[in-house]
Amino acid sequence: MGIRLMKGNDAVVFGALMGGCTHFFGYPITPASEIAQQAAYWFPLAGRHFLQAESEVSVINMLYGASSAGARVMTASSGPGIALMGEGLSYMAGACLPAVVVDMQRSGPGLGNIWPEQSDYNMVVKGGGHGDYRTIVLAPYSAQEMFEMTMKSFEIADRYRMTVFILSDAYIGQMMEQVSIEGIPSESGKKDWAVYADAQSRSNLITSIYMNIEKQSEHNRKLQKTYEKASRELLEFEHVATEDAQVVFVAYGICARICLSAVRSLRRLGLKVGLFRPKTLWPLPEQEIKQFAAAKKTLVVVELSSGMLASDISLYANGATEVLHIGSFGGATPTVTSLVDRIIEHIGDRHA
Amino acid sequence: MPDVQIQYSKSASMYQLFFRKENDQKTTHYCPGCGHGTAQKLIASVIDELAIQDRTVFLSPVGCSVFSYYYFDTGNIQCSHGRAPAVATGIRRTLSDAIIIAYQGDGDLAGIGMTEIVHAANRGENITVFFINNAIYGMTGGQMAPTTPIGVKTLTTPEGRSKSRDGNPIGMCELLASLQAPAYIERCSLSTPKQVLRTRLAIKKALDYQVRKKGFSFVEILSPCPTNWRMSPLDARAWIAGELEGDIFPLKCFRDVPQEIQPDSLSVIRPDIVTLLTKDSILKTSYDGPPRAPKYIKIAGFGGQGVLSAGELVAFSALEEGFNVSWLPSYGPEMRGGSANASVICSDEPIGSPVVDCPNVLIAMNNPSLELFENSVTNNGIIVLNSSLVERKPRRTDVKTYAIPATDIAKKAGLVSAANVVMITALAAITGFLHVSTVKHSIGNVLRKKLYTDKNLEIVENTLSYLREKEMM
Repeated sequence: MGIRLMKGNDAVVFGALMGGCTHFFGYPITPASEIAQQAAYWFPLAGRHFLQAESEVSVINMLYGASSAGARVMTASSGPGIALMGEGLSYMAGACLPAVVVDMQRSGPGLGNIWPEQSDYNMVVKGGGHGDYRTIVLAPYSAQEMFEMTMKSFEIADRYRMTVFILSDAYIGQMMEQVSIEGIPSESGKKDWAVYADAQSRSNLITSIYMNIEKQSEHNRKLQKTYEKASRELLEFEHVATEDAQVVFVAYGICARICLSAVRSLRRLGLKVGLFRPKTLWPLPEQEIKQFAAAKKTLVVVELSSGMLASDISLYANGATEVLHIGSFGGATPTVTSLVDRIIEHIGDRHA
Repeated sequence: MPDVQIQYSKSASMYQLFFRKENDQKTTHYCPGCGHGTAQKLIASVIDELAIQDRTVFLSPVGCSVFSYYYFDTGNIQCSHGRAPAVATGIRRTLSDAIIIAYQGDGDLAGIGMTEIVHAANRGENITVFFINNAIYGMTGGQMAPTTPIGVKTLTTPEGRSKSRDGNPIGMCELLASLQAPAYIERCSLSTPKQVLRTRLAIKKALDYQVRKKGFSFVEILSPCPTNWRMSPLDARAWIAGELEGDIFPLKCFRDVPQEIQPDSLSVIRPDIVTLLTKDSILKTSYDGPPRAPKYIKIAGFGGQGVLSAGELVAFSALEEGFNVSWLPSYGPEMRGGSANASVICSDEPIGSPVVDCPNVLIAMNNPSLELFENSVTNNGIIVLNSSLVERKPRRTDVKTYAIPATDIAKKAGLVSAANVVMITALAAITGFLHVSTVKHSIGNVLRKKLYTDKNLEIVENTLSYLREKEMM
């Protein structure tokens, strides 16, 4: 075990190496470039492969190739790059190929700017590519979690033969914090479906096309079954002082950090406020939201978008409780003070 | 087994019967007179001859040959439109002994996949690409391809391909031959039995180069598409010989320079990963004294003053002294020459927001920083300013101000860029929230240029002398 002071972006690379990733294919984009740069430095030192591709389209197809050949593979990018990978992500889902993809969210739409937003939520959580598929989405809120979640995502990707996304944001990536490098390093085992270019695996076929309605429909049903299983087994979340709370913040990534400070300030003022933090965005903790709603706790979704997570939370709350949304755009983040003021105002209104 | 008698056998690397994986049909899915059947039989016979069936990974494209895996008894991977060379690159980096065949049509390779083929060729990937050029989009029913000749009518060029509107047909061999890395580039044709045999020779050479790790090989094969050309199979072959093989797509070898591919030694060296990742890790002392007041620090200056590394120095030192820390930079284009600032939080409790909106310590390295952040400092906060550059005193009267001529002290020691070290030394010495000894120890770990470590340590001592002289500590 060792402690390092690292950027979230750097911690991703350490997590990847501990998680048995052998291949990193990358393309530069702010604010994710440090991940490729660190991979270019550390992967060869660790006897693993780094290659800078000619585009994000090529990146995702290199992942497709290396993953077909049984390797543990990853890349990291930001909104515009992830959008270019959409088709490839869909192919990987259709062909049941495991991979890990990091999205360090920046502002959009279009070129946007390089400061944080959480506006890739719909693209990443709902699909982005064509067809009926899912990706597993983990949402770290510290450098330590960037390390831990990346590390474990390779095993998860292999288990379900799915893409695991690390959906983070520019702040979490650029911020330096303490990271404890710990855990048992893992390696990929032999995969019975992979194409290894040997006699044993010669009959293996990686494809996503079935020119027969029954076969394609059976394949798609199998995918949905996998998603259903993954959604039962992978849920992760954190409660902070929600038990007696009248108002519960719901947030992930940088917003969860800001909310954590707001909860502490509000508690010091004697107000019953908590934080619920989904650590998986797909699957999203539906039951917990329903329980909050049944208990009539006001849910305040704080996110750097127009309310993408908030609309999912509203769906689960289903009108049983009030769901408020506090959002911002373009790299602006809500301040702790603004959240505190807003909650005080809200509680005041309700008691007025 | 179905009730079928095999009259003559095909290559071992081609299935004897084409039980198409979905419908158990026994015929190929190619049209009568199509060139894919010929080209694929040639490839299969060479795979047999070179005894590479088990090692071969065949990449099917999007296009008529999407179902090549119905026929090849090898490892099979179906790729998205145009991306086979990128997929091949991923496999190449994973399986060093695989024989990787990317089989692509003209729309796939010369249209949508232009980027991937050019870059794979330019890297000299040790793979083989068979480029089936039939000058038309076949699977989608006969639209213009990047290789369709001028004047040829297709579904999307009903009046014929126009040079001024659609451009000239692209010669892929000519284009790739402008790169240095490829080992072998040849254009062949399936127009006559003689050309078919020549094509087989080219296929063999290409695969043999890959087996012997001689680099990137590319064989373009002019191939008939009677269905979409609206011709009989015989007329289609005559049209290749008469129209395509002439000026548009001359048959020749464009490159034959075997390359020496360095064996990939990376995967051989596998150091213990935990040892690799934990060397040089920090010795964090556990702190169990009374709770320390958290520090919310804003360090601001212009780019080049070492604002971000000053923040890192504080964070690193505080971490060693058992604090939880966060360091958040302003980043991006503004860092280069513009203003820069870093937010650092040091606290005994886990850190919530890493954004410092209201600092209780402001380190102002220049005038604009004081202007920008003075008002945000909390009551009873501290402002440490670089009096070498900051011309005015803070207006606030509810904060403690310390003026340190940081740039002058650094300049005097001959290292003007170390003004940041002066400021952090002063912060530690004046407030006592960090031990100066920890700061000195951290300097070697944080500052990138190890060359200047001794100079920086000298500057720490000079700063302490200054503070003693001015009775600030």
